[in-house]
Amino acid sequence: MKKAGATGTKKKKKGWTAHWGAYLFLLPNLLGFLAFTVGPTLWSLLLSFTDWDILTPMKFVGFANFAKLLGFHQTATGLAANDPYFWYYLWNTIFYMFFIPVSMALSLLMALLMNKKFKGITAFRTIYFLPTVCSAVALCLLWRWLYNPDFGLINTFLAKIGVTGPEWLSSTKWAKPAIALMGLWGGLGGFNTILYLAALQGVPRQLYDAADVDGANYWQKFRYITLPSITPTIFFIFVMSCIGGFQGGFMSAYIMTGGGPAGATTTIDYYIYNNAYQWFKMGYASSIAWVLFVLVFTATLLNWKYGGRKVKYV
Amino acid sequence: MMTRLESKHRKEAKSAFGKTVWYLVLGLGAITMLVPFFWMLSTSLKEAGAVFTFPPQWIPKPILWRNYADAWNAVPFGRFYLNSIFISISQTFGVLLTSSLAAYAFARLEFPGRDKLFFLYLATMMLPGAVTMIPVFILLKMVGWIDTYKALIIPGLFTAYGTFLLRQFFMSIPGDLEDAARIDGCSKMGIYRHVVIPLSKPALATLGTMTFIGSWNSFMWPLIVTNSMEKKTLPIGLASFQGLYTTDWTLLMAASIIVMVPTLVVFIFNQRFFVEGIKLSGMKG
Repeated sequence: MKKAGATGTKKKKKGWTAHWGAYLFLLPNLLGFLAFTVGPTLWSLLLSFTDWDILTPMKFVGFANFAKLLGFHQTATGLAANDPYFWYYLWNTIFYMFFIPVSMALSLLMALLMNKKFKGITAFRTIYFLPTVCSAVALCLLWRWLYNPDFGLINTFLAKIGVTGPEWLSSTKWAKPAIALMGLWGGLGGFNTILYLAALQGVPRQLYDAADVDGANYWQKFRYITLPSITPTIFFIFVMSCIGGFQGGFMSAYIMTGGGPAGATTTIDYYIYNNAYQWFKMGYASSIAWVLFVLVFTATLLNWKYGGRKVKYV
Repeated sequence: MMTRLESKHRKEAKSAFGKTVWYLVLGLGAITMLVPFFWMLSTSLKEAGAVFTFPPQWIPKPILWRNYADAWNAVPFGRFYLNSIFISISQTFGVLLTSSLAAYAFARLEFPGRDKLFFLYLATMMLPGAVTMIPVFILLKMVGWIDTYKALIIPGLFTAYGTFLLRQFFMSIPGDLEDAARIDGCSKMGIYRHVVIPLSKPALATLGTMTFIGSWNSFMWPLIVTNSMEKKTLPIGLASFQGLYTTDWTLLMAASIIVMVPTLVVFIFNQRFFVEGIKLSGMKG
């Protein structure tokens, strides 16, 4: 009888109050997490169904924001998007994302080149890493100057070899490639290269020794040993770059082009910024943010589903 | 004998050739990396008119150090520096504290709902910053925090990412150590302070560095929540400097260098830590 009572209280102790210590550890982070992540996420979803400029009362508009954002209407010449800007800016964002594989390949090449113990290797690694530690705003200003059509270094150089350089940042055709090129330059020896280097150093030496015995050439060793061994890293970098890519392009465009010319460098993130903080359309901005979330989420899911399968964990 | 020597020679010749190509490729690349920086430095020391000469001068004549003083005095860069340092340091220590406490609870303690809650943390990591930024901005506007340090620091203190990173590391600490400490009469807090934290220095250093760099370079959030010059951080300060001197290239480059140099110096003195130490983040798929 007494014994049963004892186990009873013991069981009770396993409840909520017995764990107050654990909750106490969690509390500071959890409170902030609820206040600045979970709460705002729910609020943002609510906002996306409203029309609100903060000053006047909030108006509930149902799916109107999403209909305007994603919908089409019939015109005399055929179907037209309700918000053509959104689709243009989405295209701009995706245009930049096409450079992700290029940048990844270049970083991998740099990592392969720098995975050597030659003299001066530390100096090289340091030089290639420089843009990563420089203020990004300062680098954007530097590149705005490099791209100056009349007196910038790039067009001066092109003129020397007999090519008339384009207007770069003030040309609707060249502004995006110019900003992407700056990104390639900055990322050449950045964090991704260091992740690759770490992965390359983790490939077991014996594999290469065995391949040498078999008389494998450099390309074969790369194709059948290096590449399969570092696929988890490649995959990780790709997934993270895609998540970042959908949300990217604000700062460089803000500094270098102001989103122009004619919206040619405005990305989704920039459009959200303009809607929310320039035009105070909090509801519409929230609905764009949620569309962005769905895009990121779907892309990540697809990556895991189709890319994750090919990854070999050795 | 002869053939063996020959093949050895050939191998040496081949590796010497490979080495030359290697130096050539990396050398050319390094020039591509460095030339823009030299151009920046050169521009920053020119007379305003000398920027528009053709062909461009690499060594300015005369060298105008005054550009730096002019840029420094045009907007309160000193203030921007103090703001950036204060905000980044507060945020780094704040993140380390809240993340490590929560990570300890997730990794080492048992409580109802732990795994569900942890999953919620993970799920929010995919959330674009733009989703939460709007409501948080409205919230801060309502409580009157706009253009204060509180708005710049506090919303960034509670990261799911930091909690996740540290939790993964804490999981790898052997349970025996904790058991031994418990038998010696150590409380949960004692174990956290005297066992888990000292053993996690590499992970804490990684998270600390990442938080500091992220906070130092943060752009959109400080842009949104600051109005006055007194509260601006370095990146935002430089952006507003550009707004004032749109095409004064000599001053713009001088200001950019003013903003860049301190981080560069920190990096060059600790480059081993950056370039080699980042392995610690240990991406094992």
